Amino acid sequence: MDYEIVIGLEVHLQLKTDSKMFCGCRNKFGAEPNTLTCPVCLGMPGILPVINKQAFDYALRAGLALNCKIDSFTKFDRKNYFYPDLPKNYQISQYDLPFAKDGWLDIKLTTDNKPLTTKRIGITRVHLEEDTGKLIHPEVRQEAGAEKTQLGYSLVDLNRAGVPLLEIVSKPEINSPEEAYAYLGALKEIMQYLEISDCDMEKGSLRCDTNLSVRPKGDKKLGTKAEIKNINSFKFVKNALVYEAKRQTELLKKGEPVIQETRLWDEKEEVTKPMRSKEEAHDYRYFPEPDLVPVIIDAKWLEEVKKNMPELPETRRKRLINQYQISEHETNVLTQEKAMADYAESGPVRTKTARNLMLGIVLQIINERKIEFGEFARKVPPENLLELAEQLDKKIIVSTMATTVLGKMLDSGKTAAEIIKGQGLEQVSDKSSLEPIIKEVIKNNAKIVADYKGGKKTAIQSLIGQVMKASRGKANPQIVKELLAKLLDN
Amino acid sequence: MELYKHTALEIRDMVLDKKVSSTDVVKDTFKRIDSVEPKIKAYLTLCKETALAQAGKIDEKIRKGEKIGQLAGIPIAIKDNISTQGIKTTCASKILSNFTPPYDAYVIKRIKEEDGIIIGKTNLDEFAMGSSCENSAFGPTHNPHDLSRVPGGSSGGSAAAIASDMAFISLGSDTGGSIRQPAALCGVVGLKPTYGAVSRYGLVAFASSLDQIGPITKDVRDAALMMNVIAGYDPQDSTSVKEFNSSKVEWFKRLEDGVKGLKIGIPKEYFAEGIDKDISKSVYQSIGLLEKLGAKTIDISLPHTEYGIATYYIIAPSEASSNLARYDGVHYGYRTTDYTDLMSMYHKSRSEGFGPEVKRRIMLGTFALSSGYYDAYYLRALKVRRLIKNDFDEAFKKADVILSPTSPIPAFKMGEKLDDPLQMYLCDVMTVSANLAGIPGISIPSGFTKSKLPVGLQILGKPFEEETILRVARTFERETDYHKTKPVI
Ligand SMILES: [Zn+2]
Repeated sequence: MDYEIVIGLEVHLQLKTDSKMFCGCRNKFGAEPNTLTCPVCLGMPGILPVINKQAFDYALRAGLALNCKIDSFTKFDRKNYFYPDLPKNYQISQYDLPFAKDGWLDIKLTTDNKPLTTKRIGITRVHLEEDTGKLIHPEVRQEAGAEKTQLGYSLVDLNRAGVPLLEIVSKPEINSPEEAYAYLGALKEIMQYLEISDCDMEKGSLRCDTNLSVRPKGDKKLGTKAEIKNINSFKFVKNALVYEAKRQTELLKKGEPVIQETRLWDEKEEVTKPMRSKEEAHDYRYFPEPDLVPVIIDAKWLEEVKKNMPELPETRRKRLINQYQISEHETNVLTQEKAMADYAESGPVRTKTARNLMLGIVLQIINERKIEFGEFARKVPPENLLELAEQLDKKIIVSTMATTVLGKMLDSGKTAAEIIKGQGLEQVSDKSSLEPIIKEVIKNNAKIVADYKGGKKTAIQSLIGQVMKASRGKANPQIVKELLAKLLDN
Repeated sequence: MELYKHTALEIRDMVLDKKVSSTDVVKDTFKRIDSVEPKIKAYLTLCKETALAQAGKIDEKIRKGEKIGQLAGIPIAIKDNISTQGIKTTCASKILSNFTPPYDAYVIKRIKEEDGIIIGKTNLDEFAMGSSCENSAFGPTHNPHDLSRVPGGSSGGSAAAIASDMAFISLGSDTGGSIRQPAALCGVVGLKPTYGAVSRYGLVAFASSLDQIGPITKDVRDAALMMNVIAGYDPQDSTSVKEFNSSKVEWFKRLEDGVKGLKIGIPKEYFAEGIDKDISKSVYQSIGLLEKLGAKTIDISLPHTEYGIATYYIIAPSEASSNLARYDGVHYGYRTTDYTDLMSMYHKSRSEGFGPEVKRRIMLGTFALSSGYYDAYYLRALKVRRLIKNDFDEAFKKADVILSPTSPIPAFKMGEKLDDPLQMYLCDVMTVSANLAGIPGISIPSGFTKSKLPVGLQILGKPFEEETILRVARTFERETDYHKTKPVI
């Protein structure tokens, strides 16, 4: 029997607002514990929440970009549960009336050697809530290699408590780990384009819970699902889903039941494990938050949000193709990250050489050095890349020298011209200074010369290579070829 | 000097006219406190030094001819569930017995801006849950009119402090009658404003959708004075109403205009069985007086009155169970010394920290909100709440104000109802509906029973028409001496 995988994803995004969801504290990552707090986000007796308008504006952007129906009447509810990182022991969230529902997100799928296909994944709901604080479990300092032991207490950092969170719940319409991966990528791309979240899994600004079940292909009814929580990278999401799908399928094939439970992904052992938790059955006792009045989203407000909405990735891609007459492939590469697209559009996209630099050596160097595009852009601003392109166009350096120069630009923050001058990397086209090098190469490679003269014309490439090497890459390969041919043929 | 016998407005004017210094007023008040507080026990915390320092500053300002606020030099007592920066705010609970908030409630900020002097924090039923002021972790307050009786609750300390002249104005909070009922039992004026008229910022929440801060005073004019200070829009409270800007309401302008032509609704449901005979007789006399002064009475019906208590005792505990969840021994307040893990720390801190009435309501609320029961209890209560509100909307189409007794019974003996929570809950039967509907209500002294216990008259008004109920109350007060009849302590 064939089995089918059904996946639903719940994504939590921290919104990058100036202040927290219900108070004026700064919303910032990485500060000293408990320095970004006030009576409101500490849940002190007597405090009251006030809704952050910017957070709601950002949330509406997301709802619109995900093609959701925006309800004109929405409210907040309390989700009650006890946990030390939750100052009030209830979280202000949205229960039965999320502000956005019934949307969709298109994802692009590539399977080996098949053309790109698009699949539409339904979005059940998008709602706003406040983040919790964080628990720190201090460990006894131990000699390297020894087992760590935890101290007998935990510490609470409430800097994150009250940071606005957007929860995006997909419909169970994702049918493979690859689709889940593509969904997360597309979602991240849109949210970054909307400029509402960093979507950085390492910093916890994007978190993902997954639900996976398996059913016999063709069945309408969903199988028993397992929830996998707290996965902290896209790659791990995919790996966890691959593992879990296999685990469940094997159970079903053996005729054993899948238990509904919450599991955790163990990165080291690469398996999912049941969460050790007695109090699985939560009763959150939701009820309308009495400290906040319902939110009315009128047409004027929505209009204002639409007006301020940044360009979405698909729209941008279409525009780039038309505006700069570049290929779809080039466009897809240049827009894979918003920062890169912004960089390209601030200059480099307009000249062919600069564009090719971005598509070639820039991507290569970023991958090699494993740095973010943003870091590259800070050290090599677009005008510096344009200047490098100019040096190439004017043939001041050999094209093969570009990688070296860009590397030095990235290290030093200097311009291409400064590096080329400072290190004497200018291309040498002057025949009188190239001739002695070429003669030397001919003299030292008698066998290859003989091959060439014997009719094996391609042997000249090897000689050109030798000359380039001898000139430390600076020789103009075109001139070298001409001179070599002249000297050999005579 | 016996300055304590004056009203707040009289004292303020004396201070402003330099007939007496603010320091003398504060000293005299503390002298009074020293002599009667041991019998009454209205206060949980007294702030003599800071009050005297504050008085000194005000005297200095007056001497220099600087601009002075509306509450110049008036000693004010605050119910101990309203946050005061640097002063303990305990909610009369063991769980907060050592909690000193780092911030002021909105109303406290306003009092300070208007040069009022905070002299102490008053006793209450723990977390404002109760109708007798006996549920305090620090012991009960006594009724100044009969020390063997309760002052009413939950703002019993605030009402007793005013009745015994230990403060000129006090603040209480009213969730189901907690200002009006003790005001009635102690023979003073207590006003519960419209929901949204006074910011709740800094009021330690009992039931957020019902709670409202209001003044307890010696007479109606002082209540108007205090409303002038504390009412108004506060952006820190989302339920605070923007349109109700205190500066737009002229609290004194129409106060003396009388009741000629005013239509007073008499709800038949509020004069049903179970009301003390002396009380109903007194209230009918009061109605007669107002008619004599030019008001017209009409019979009205508030048909869902009988569901008021039941509805209230679902909604209030539900919200309370959530609001009180934060007292868990983790972040502040009481933590048990004997625990093995997180769960036992939660359990023991809460079971050792909360008193029986609070626990009862937390359990009631937790049950009413839990899945499987939510629809049957909480959701249904919300629907009945809407019906009760509709009753008032209909009634106010015919009547300008609605009159009733404030409490069905006068002050009862301490301990009398302590073991019978349901009996105790019935004390709120006349008052809860105003909280459920969000409308304003005032209780004023309107007579005495045969055993010389105060009777309170409740006047309910349309939303944001505090002006009208204050005017009716003032008209009544002008013609009577009940508010001037002081207990002998
Ligand atoms: Zn804060």
